[in-house]
Amino acid sequence: MAAAMSFLPNLRNLFFPPASSQAKDRGSKRGASWFWMAVGVLYFVLPLVATFDFSLRARKGVLSFLAYERVFKDPAFWKTFIFSLEMAFFTILVSLLLVVPTAYWIRLRLPKLRVIVEFISMLPFVIPAIVLVFGFIRVFSGAPFFLTNTSFGTNVLLVAGYTVLALPYMFRAVDTGLAAIDVRSLTEAAQSLGAGWGTILFKIIFPNLRVAILSGAFLTLATVIGEFTIASFLVGINAFGPYMSLIGQNKTYESSSLAIISFMLTWAFMGLLQFLNRGQASSSLAGAH
Amino acid sequence: MSSKQNFAVNEKRDAPQARPAPLPWRHWLGVGPFFLFAFLFIFLPSLSLFIGAFQDASGAFTLKNFADLSRPEIVDAYWVTIRISLVTAVGGGLLGFAMAYGVTLGGLPAWVRTALSTFSGVASNFAGVPLAFAFIATLGRTGMVTLILKLVFGLNLYDKGFSLYSFWGLSLTYLYFQFPLMVLIITPALDGLRREWREAAENLGATSWTYWRRVALPILTPSILGAMILLFGNAFGAYATALSLTGGFINLVTIVIGSQIKGDILHNVGLGYAMAFGMVIIMATMMTLYYLLRRRSERWLRP
Repeated sequence: MAAAMSFLPNLRNLFFPPASSQAKDRGSKRGASWFWMAVGVLYFVLPLVATFDFSLRARKGVLSFLAYERVFKDPAFWKTFIFSLEMAFFTILVSLLLVVPTAYWIRLRLPKLRVIVEFISMLPFVIPAIVLVFGFIRVFSGAPFFLTNTSFGTNVLLVAGYTVLALPYMFRAVDTGLAAIDVRSLTEAAQSLGAGWGTILFKIIFPNLRVAILSGAFLTLATVIGEFTIASFLVGINAFGPYMSLIGQNKTYESSSLAIISFMLTWAFMGLLQFLNRGQASSSLAGAH
Repeated sequence: MSSKQNFAVNEKRDAPQARPAPLPWRHWLGVGPFFLFAFLFIFLPSLSLFIGAFQDASGAFTLKNFADLSRPEIVDAYWVTIRISLVTAVGGGLLGFAMAYGVTLGGLPAWVRTALSTFSGVASNFAGVPLAFAFIATLGRTGMVTLILKLVFGLNLYDKGFSLYSFWGLSLTYLYFQFPLMVLIITPALDGLRREWREAAENLGATSWTYWRRVALPILTPSILGAMILLFGNAFGAYATALSLTGGFINLVTIVIGSQIKGDILHNVGLGYAMAFGMVIIMATMMTLYYLLRRRSERWLRP
């Protein structure tokens, strides 16, 4: 595709030699493109360089990984990180169990409901996280739920909140995945072989959606792991986001190393996502044509 | 595929399509969990805030909370939040557009495009507490860029009135996740510009400028505006980045709501709900606009 793109202008130049002003135009266009790319790259890289440099200065006079050592030796780091990983795991589990059967079912049986489900799955864009958690506290802290009284209750609320936040991405990822497979034929084939709904969902639909599911999962992981807004009001210092915030208030170098660590985590999740989607893009292209 | 048994199954399923019959009630059970979840965790909290916004401290109906929204510090909070969202949406939108243009039509090599899309995915998700740390290390009082500007160029940012912990500092920080988001949203739209349109315009004697003004920009405008609206919403709801950067010393709607949840700083719970409700109204207006613009842009830009 890209090769064809760069090939085409040359072909055109061959047959229709451009006026000299046009050629100059193209050259200046490329120059401007490089310029804006450089601005963007600088914007992207400078804070990372500065943060990395700062994170190495915990020991006076020399560069060292002391700040990282301190962070990794802090039991609270591991405790909060593992807690947030667990919450991310349950979020992914709950949102998959919620979104996959629903998206499958509206495709198969209730296409009229599609608009409504799509609308609901976009609602989290309209409700900022801080407003959502405000509403959570008002509804679930009192009768008849009393969910904020126990740590189990607040964890349930946290997972519910994250599931709401992940809903737009999950629904879109799963729905795109479903569009690429022939849901109806797969279902009919399975039914004719005697499969029940559970078998169809878990042995046929889920495995066929694994790329979509993994993309949704990594995106959720990347957003949930360091999430601060909802976590700070529901579970406070137990979660990784609020832990980072606390470190930032009293430990300068450690906070820089935490920023680098969390950036590398984001990079890892998004890199995996990119890798997965690359496979999916080509396969869905092949499927469409 | 053409066995008799299969045919029977097909016939049974396809019948409702030919002659729409009401679905059996158990078919609705399939979407039950989703709607129950949406009711409990999206609808109920929103409704509760909505009702709370119309109640006074004793629970009686009142419109006073909405009247109180006109208190100067609250109007200011909305105004600062809207301004910061606008500035970063337009700024991030323009930079993101320029970069996306470079990799789609601007003649940059293909590897740049791959690198840009990976980096945009990462940077648009790198927000909140760690982003604030990164910018403190960059543009804070002892940040690297601040020091370089001071030592090499003799320019003392903080003497010139700049502060990372103020409006412009926060805007610069937000830009870090705004322009990559623009790149991600707008690249497909730029890909949708057909080569034939340009060629047709050139055959009719259009210059590059005429082509952009009369063909490309009119087609792209709904996409660009739509993307900027998404960027606006992205900044409008941001809380973690602003709080950890400024320690809460900036008057944003999200920060005020956060302080209200923690310790009733407004001395009126209902006013907090009204503020939250106001945010939802603004966001809903934005998303409606986005939806309308997207429908318009899809007229031309089909994948």
